[in-house]
Amino acid sequence: MSFGSFIERLAHLLPVLFGISVIVFVMTLLTPGDPVQIMLGDQHVTDELEQALRRDMGLDLPPQERFLKFLGNAIQGNFGLSFYHRQPVVDVIASRLPATIELSLVALLFALAVAIPLGVFAAVKKNSILDRIATVTSLFGVSLPGFWFGILLILFFAVNLRWLPVSGRAGFTSEVEPITHLLLLDSLLRGRLDAFWDALRHIILPAITLGLPVASILMRVTRASMLDVLDRDYITFAQAKGLTKTQVLFKHALKNALIPTVTVAALQTGALLGGNMVVETVFGWPGLGRLVVESIFVRNYPLIQAAVMLYAFTYVTLNFIADILYTILNPKVRL
Amino acid sequence: MTMAATNKHSLAAESIFRRNVRNFLSSKLSVFFLSIMIGFMLMAVFAPWIAPHDPNKPDLFRRLMPPVWLEGGDWYFPLGCDALGRDILSRIIYGSRISIFIGVVVILIATTIGVLAGLAAGYLRGWLDASFSRLVDILLGFPYLIFAIALIAMTGPGLHNIILAMVYREWVMPFRVVRGETLATSGSEYIEAAKAIGASRKNIMLREILPNILSPVLVVSTVRMAHVIILEASLSFLGLGVQPPTASWGSMVADGRSFMLGEWWLATFPGIAILLLVLSINVVSQGLRDAFDPRFHD
Repeated sequence: MSFGSFIERLAHLLPVLFGISVIVFVMTLLTPGDPVQIMLGDQHVTDELEQALRRDMGLDLPPQERFLKFLGNAIQGNFGLSFYHRQPVVDVIASRLPATIELSLVALLFALAVAIPLGVFAAVKKNSILDRIATVTSLFGVSLPGFWFGILLILFFAVNLRWLPVSGRAGFTSEVEPITHLLLLDSLLRGRLDAFWDALRHIILPAITLGLPVASILMRVTRASMLDVLDRDYITFAQAKGLTKTQVLFKHALKNALIPTVTVAALQTGALLGGNMVVETVFGWPGLGRLVVESIFVRNYPLIQAAVMLYAFTYVTLNFIADILYTILNPKVRL
Repeated sequence: MTMAATNKHSLAAESIFRRNVRNFLSSKLSVFFLSIMIGFMLMAVFAPWIAPHDPNKPDLFRRLMPPVWLEGGDWYFPLGCDALGRDILSRIIYGSRISIFIGVVVILIATTIGVLAGLAAGYLRGWLDASFSRLVDILLGFPYLIFAIALIAMTGPGLHNIILAMVYREWVMPFRVVRGETLATSGSEYIEAAKAIGASRKNIMLREILPNILSPVLVVSTVRMAHVIILEASLSFLGLGVQPPTASWGSMVADGRSFMLGEWWLATFPGIAILLLVLSINVVSQGLRDAFDPRFHD
């Protein structure tokens, strides 16, 4: 991939990001109620103070100027105050983000670990009973409502079998001084195996719930691309050369078959972010998704707007990475 | 193009369509799940006649009554009752109305918009294509659930707002398929021929291109309907869907969640209903895809 085409792609991102900002801003305009009143809640203040607050928040400006101000602030990472928490929105979001990132990463790892072996296996044993079972399971995986599946997992593994905790991110005893704010990583870096084990036990069920639909999709992608690769001439040639089955499979087929899987995995990471509101709510996971849902009920609009921007920007960036990854892995594709 | 030629052409298109339908019906699995799907639709339409009880009528004497096969169960309330003593079976039957109504309406509106916009963008190209495609890029930048949640947070929950919140983003899917297919088709000889005899652009788009790209549109609509139904259930679960006391599967699971320890049936049965409906739509769409689109074959 040439540097020029990379820059071209990057330039294509700008209007998209600008458009996203416009839409989020228009959502702000559509928000019912007066932001100042919402912010004040039950407090009674003088008219002068209310006017001052309005000026301070830039609400007296015409929409186009408000948009420019909003954009300027957003670029500096200033999304205003969270009415509810009485601190800057960015700080509130930053405190909840690591939990969400950690959950999404573990869910993605789970999805890849399940999907790649199953997909390869289903392709190699095409039309066998196991292939059918894998296909049916993947249809189940995309059809299961996450919130319900999560509840069933809690009931079975946490309540009945008592193997895993019901909810939350970690017990009180396993507090670790943060380095990356990702609990699993921090506990390992600090050499606290007990805390690592505790964090792992907490993350298993939500990660499975979040990762299952992604695993189903990745399995189907892996199976299809593996079938495609196994049909190619170079595989027949490798077999004719007298290589063992394992050598052909892992050295020649898998390497090429995984290109679409990796790309789709990058795209699906965005979907993981989008789905975590439900899973975080079910498992009481202290992440951004649950924060957004809570914010809706207390009408904490600045936080919702900032979170939507953050989600969208991350999503667009991930799509961009998926695009780039695909061209790097597959030199046949030229931008 | 003369009438005779038009008829002949649409006949040819129809026969391909019929062959595809025959292909689809030859798969037992697809037909089985299609009948489940139709069963759910009939249940939704005839809910007032099928449901044994009023879904919203509470009776505290029947509070948390277990299903019939457990001790304390009663044949009059085969799946038991919820925390307010409302019949769970009747609420599931009425809840299918919300899921299916929203699924069908969102897909119908989104597909109509997506098909028309996709045809126009793919065939007319130029600024129209550029602006639609840019808008689609922007809308695709939002994860689906967060977009719907943000819109509903601003506009408030309720049937209309949920449908609108989903349509805003959903039309993008058929749009992308139709635009791509239209681009691929517009170079065909029969389109050139139609142009040569002076067919109008509207005629070419609606009479020549549209019938030939219906199969992928149908496949995409069914897959998306499954997504929309899960999305609606998720919104209802989060308390952002249709508001109580109206029964919806997602909110039934949410209500039953706090009783999972003892009264597991409250959340389990509506969940099974969602799973069955979505699974049957997904199997049917997979069957349609296999039968209609040879490119998707392994």
